[in-house]
Amino acid sequence: MAKYSVWSLLREGLRGHTGWRPAWRDAAPKEVYDAVIIGGGGHGCATAYYLAKEHGLNNIAILEKGWIGGGNAGRNTTIIRSNYLYDESAAIYDHAMQLWKGLGRELNFNVMMSHRGVLNLAHEDHEARQLKRRVEANRLNGVDAEWLDAKEVKEFCPIIDISDRPRYPVIGATLQRSGGVNRHDAVVWGYARGASRLGVDIIQNCEVTGIIHEAGAVRGLQTTRGEIRTPKIASATAGHSSVIARMIDLRLPIESHPLQALVSEPIKPINDTVIMSSLVHAYCSQSDKGELVIGAGIDAHLGYTQRGGFNIIEEELASLVELIPIFSRLRLMRTWGGIVDLAPDASAIISKTPLKGFYINCGWGTGGWKATPASGHAFAHLIANDEPNEIGAPFTLERFASGKLVAEHGAAAVAH
Amino acid sequence: MFLIECPYCGERDQREFSYGGEAHIARPENSDDLSDAEWADYVFMRTNTKGVFAERWVHAAGCRKWFNVLRNTASDTFLAVYGVGEQPPEIFGQDLATPSGEPVIGSGNDATKVIPGEEG
Repeated sequence: MAKYSVWSLLREGLRGHTGWRPAWRDAAPKEVYDAVIIGGGGHGCATAYYLAKEHGLNNIAILEKGWIGGGNAGRNTTIIRSNYLYDESAAIYDHAMQLWKGLGRELNFNVMMSHRGVLNLAHEDHEARQLKRRVEANRLNGVDAEWLDAKEVKEFCPIIDISDRPRYPVIGATLQRSGGVNRHDAVVWGYARGASRLGVDIIQNCEVTGIIHEAGAVRGLQTTRGEIRTPKIASATAGHSSVIARMIDLRLPIESHPLQALVSEPIKPINDTVIMSSLVHAYCSQSDKGELVIGAGIDAHLGYTQRGGFNIIEEELASLVELIPIFSRLRLMRTWGGIVDLAPDASAIISKTPLKGFYINCGWGTGGWKATPASGHAFAHLIANDEPNEIGAPFTLERFASGKLVAEHGAAAVAH
Repeated sequence: MFLIECPYCGERDQREFSYGGEAHIARPENSDDLSDAEWADYVFMRTNTKGVFAERWVHAAGCRKWFNVLRNTASDTFLAVYGVGEQPPEIFGQDLATPSGEPVIGSGNDATKVIPGEEG
């Protein structure tokens, strides 16, 4: 696989683009690996990349039941930020932010990272107090954060209505300037290409149907493409984590819900930042193709169908039009859904399990995309060393028995 | 959107109901004797089934009564409605082909769907 550059682009342009090679090997499963990752999404591909690059483990495979990036990685609204409240969260989300800043260059793949800022709006005094508290907590943890009053919000983002007209007027906002958006597919493909170059086998259309274990330790897996022997299995399957965990009789504290998102018809550039409102619940950014990318909260019922009810769409559009009235006549182009695995404290689970050699990464719920590089990095460390690093340590399964939860529903900023 | 058969009011739109999560989670009577891990199992751990799942709904904008439902979470098919304190009926023919698999018809997830006649 050649290095991408302006020269390769010119050369291929002159050859009618006939020389491009596949970005990763579509591998067939071998009989034995040193480790197997279940799940070829953002977190799974990032984990494989860091296992190969930083831990020298490249006789490994990613097993994906569909196509890589076809799950939540291909369905999220791509918002990147690290403005969570607690120290443990700031550490992992801001590690991701630092990795995002150089990821395109490191992977030699344009992930279209755009640090255009993220606004979290406040609509009443209690909310403003909580958000200001979070600004101070962020700054103490070295995460960039500012408080804007209503006038400054209007200067930063002119389309937001700060008049007295709305039922819940905008009275201020937090701004993380390094926050923004990127291209979700490109991140998956970039990590897959990077991992494949380092020797990782990427195996698609391969569903895991059973885990083989003996004397309390992992021996291998059964898949729709044959049996594989391995001493280490790492599950990064988001909404399907309970399905995988059941194969080893493990109960998880997660519940899988539909999360919907949608895009409008493309329009000229009008929103050059990311607007999020917890109270008047919706969030919105604008893609490079001109579509408004819009999201809000989960459907209340459990579900694995990747679709939800239209009542959710109606409510989030009502919220969006309340915040930004000029959007009222836009047409929707496309709606879709994913399966989000919600943890009781809205924080991730990156953990060993009672089965030796079986590791699980799940519980990111509605906020997993922004953490992709740091999740993969921490998970790779856990898999390679059989112990978490400092960043991953607060997110074990043990916290649900010890009570040391990392309660981030407020900063998750998505209605659960 | 779902049409849900309230056992007291009849078939109504999903919007009239609130969701009550997994059904049949009984609060342990001997909570003082449980270890932290056993208590965590009750408070936090969930079955989160892909397939036939027993759950609770309440007709919040109607009679405001709670009831239990069996629904296939892989296809959103409503299979049974039964009262609080009752046991769920047995359901046949809803098994998924593989643990993460989809039913042949009815799921929105195209990743692993098999169209009848194209099983190959």
